[in-house]
Amino acid sequence: MRADSVKRTLTITVLLCFACSLLVATSVVLLRPRQEANKSLDLQKNILQAAGLFTSQHRERDIDGLFSRVEERIVDLATGEMVSGEQVNWQEKVVLNPADDLAKIRERGRYQKIYLVRGEASTDDNGTVEKIILPVYGKGLWSTLYGMVAMAPDGETILGLTFYQHGETPGLGGEVDNPNWKKQWVGKKMDLAKGVSLVKGGVNLAAPGAIHQVDALSGATITSRGVENLINYWLGANGYGKLLAAWEKNHGI
Amino acid sequence: MEFSAKKLILDPLYQNNPITLQILGICSALAVTTKLETVMVMALAVTLVTGLSNLAVSWLRNFMPAAIRIIVMMSVIASLVIVADQFMRAYAFEVSKQLSVYVGLIITNCIVMGRAEAFAIKNPPWPSFLDGIGNGAGYSLILILVGVVRELLGSGKLFGLTILPLASEGGWYVPNGMMLLAPSAFFLIGGIIWAMKTIYPNMR
Repeated sequence: MRADSVKRTLTITVLLCFACSLLVATSVVLLRPRQEANKSLDLQKNILQAAGLFTSQHRERDIDGLFSRVEERIVDLATGEMVSGEQVNWQEKVVLNPADDLAKIRERGRYQKIYLVRGEASTDDNGTVEKIILPVYGKGLWSTLYGMVAMAPDGETILGLTFYQHGETPGLGGEVDNPNWKKQWVGKKMDLAKGVSLVKGGVNLAAPGAIHQVDALSGATITSRGVENLINYWLGANGYGKLLAAWEKNHGI
Repeated sequence: MEFSAKKLILDPLYQNNPITLQILGICSALAVTTKLETVMVMALAVTLVTGLSNLAVSWLRNFMPAAIRIIVMMSVIASLVIVADQFMRAYAFEVSKQLSVYVGLIITNCIVMGRAEAFAIKNPPWPSFLDGIGNGAGYSLILILVGVVRELLGSGKLFGLTILPLASEGGWYVPNGMMLLAPSAFFLIGGIIWAMKTIYPNMR
């Protein structure tokens, strides 16, 4: 092999890598502000959708106005109490005991942001809280599903479940996004012992336990189990359980 | 060699279609064709990436040491796909969420690499670019055909607009659930390949 052939190969390799890196890095950096804006608007939209405020009639420009009804709060999952921003150390993580780790997330932050949705009539501090939106997440089949549960003021009735990010199989696990499946969650409650379960083959709506059950996703056993586990974890004692218990007891926030 | 721009762009639409006659790039055709909205964005992405990667590979063809040829092509294709993905996240956020991993998988789409290796490495830049666009268009055509059938029969809609009112929403059409599952795309593509080989029996 000629000496300059090796040198030439290496030179071209370095130049190519440099050029490709420059291209990729430039596009990432220049496009980042727009992407971040998209993500933040998307988060707001997801919260509004979880609350049932953003429907197919609404457009992107409505998001700002609608979001005025939403108040962000921070909850300390260790105590179930709401705390103010200055007291929070966002780095503080709680490592989960494998036996408790239903959602297979291994660790979670001690503090979580939750969103209070107030009634339309009054948007000042006296406006009554209609729903709380609780972010939840857990392992599905291919990905972690990130979503929000909307809870009613009684602290035990689920008003909705919306996943805003996941990588489950389209048409199978991806049906968590199907409005018809999502509708089923409205009005369901957590069973004290077993939480919520996703039933294969469909729920018998006439049976007494139906209020704690939702249809499993057909052809998506593992995703369905993942959803069941993550709901039961986050609405249970190790998740928002203490917050919900306090809420139930105080009849409100 | 004389190149006709028209031939470069139109040939891959029918006579030398990458999916139906070269049997390349089928994988992503299955995943993104349940809705026409995602089809159009994917089609645009693949067409642009194939065209630009062909262009880049053609520019580099005289400087590429033989030993690292494939890796050079891979690097070019990968960089272009990452840039395409970034643009999608900035300007077509909703669709990019739906396409999720399949945009990244354009890197593995055999059409892109296939055309770079079969055409761009031996031909001048402008014809290579046109060849890339043509093959991307051929891929897009098949995707659109499959997408129309799958979205219409699978959910009664085209581009999200209801054409056949669903029984579950008060209409009469009971959607064909299999159309929303991947195997249906296989069957449809198989059918299209059969039809094309019947019309063009002389093509390889």
